[in-house]
Amino acid sequence: MKNNMKIKISIEINGKDFEIEALPETRLVDLLRNDLKLTGTKEGCGEGECGACTVILNGAAVNSCIILCGQLKTGDRLITIEGLSDGDKLSAIQDAFVKNGGVQCGICTPGMIMVAYALLEKNGSPTRFEIAEAIAGNLCRCTGYTKIIDSIECASAAMNGGKR
Amino acid sequence: MKFSYEKTSSLPEAMALYAEKGGRHPVLAGGTDLIVQWRSGARKVTGFVDIGSVDELHGIKDCGDGIEIGALSTHADIMANKLISKYFPALADACRSIGAVQIRNRGTIGGNIMNGSPAADCPPVIMVLGAELLAQNILGERWIHIDNLFTGYRTTSFTKDELLTKIKIPKLASGEIVKFYKVGTRKAQSISKAVMCVRAKIVHGGIEDIAIAIGSVAPTVIRAKGTEALLRGHVITSALIDQAILSLEDEVQPIDDVRSTAEYRKFVCGSLIGKFLKEV
Repeated sequence: MKNNMKIKISIEINGKDFEIEALPETRLVDLLRNDLKLTGTKEGCGEGECGACTVILNGAAVNSCIILCGQLKTGDRLITIEGLSDGDKLSAIQDAFVKNGGVQCGICTPGMIMVAYALLEKNGSPTRFEIAEAIAGNLCRCTGYTKIIDSIECASAAMNGGKR
Repeated sequence: MKFSYEKTSSLPEAMALYAEKGGRHPVLAGGTDLIVQWRSGARKVTGFVDIGSVDELHGIKDCGDGIEIGALSTHADIMANKLISKYFPALADACRSIGAVQIRNRGTIGGNIMNGSPAADCPPVIMVLGAELLAQNILGERWIHIDNLFTGYRTTSFTKDELLTKIKIPKLASGEIVKFYKVGTRKAQSISKAVMCVRAKIVHGGIEDIAIAIGSVAPTVIRAKGTEALLRGHVITSALIDQAILSLEDEVQPIDDVRSTAEYRKFVCGSLIGKFLKEV
């Protein structure tokens, strides 16, 4: 990889193939928001502390503000908040947040939902403690977290067909 | 001057690229500390050598007398690994205390060590475990014992062209206990006020041997050798515990900083050794 030149990589974003072209030191959050116009992912701190920029990379929740495009490789699979809904139809997690008061201003919400998604993929029936641990890297200034935990608990129940 | 970003999946090429810049372009692994330092201006960086794709730096394996951990093993990898949970659960505890899920999925043990922060969470554990670190450059390799790694604040004994590739931890003898403690502002996303790991062999209530390593109380992670000597060879009594607490409070020489005061840090160190001795 040479200096000053843009890199080209083929990655999958929300199930679709993308040919990315960017300077390697471009942050993933900027690629998503500015280049690809996927503005659902938010930037809260730019330091990996608040979790607002959380996306799923190869199955793992990560802070996109501290990942550089150069760190990606061909074949990487990215999921952003846009990938969870199907047109106007919300996913079970999004629906649970809406129904349980898990959203106020909404700025932390995409990050919270991506972390919840990653958690529920690995652990279909998390305890409230496991949910709290999972969202420990996501800050919310509005809700006091309780309704966010309620929302994720409700989502896991819904995804288990109503059973816990 | 344009930012230089070099990346390779070949270890020899990575070593050559790193050496070419005289170590001035740091290696980039997970980037959870380095990228933040760069973007905030805290560290002047004109380029990276991205080693994140060097496959041979991943993997955790049992080599008989010890466990070898690839330097690019993430904290999440270590927490999930069966060899680690069997042989060194304290290392998994340390990794679990780092940052949050998003950080642990990217941050590596190699970075945690070589970033050189005295507050890093893995070094106290690997210090009491007597780890050895493999330093490789284009000319060859050498093993460095953890006791000889940190030479000063954020400074290691690695030369300007050496990369950390593996961490080897000898298996414990039977009957040894290892406990990890971290005290921070909260349980996630916190740099420690004090971080401690204690390893001891307790036989019939007596301390046959003990090692105490502490971070965030000195320019590097330290061993509390004075307090170790006080405890070694003695039966645990409440009098001994009180002595150990006073000894450790006196032995550590922390500073006041944005996260805590020297006085509180001394108090925490005393409390933690007391906790360990009461609970074994």
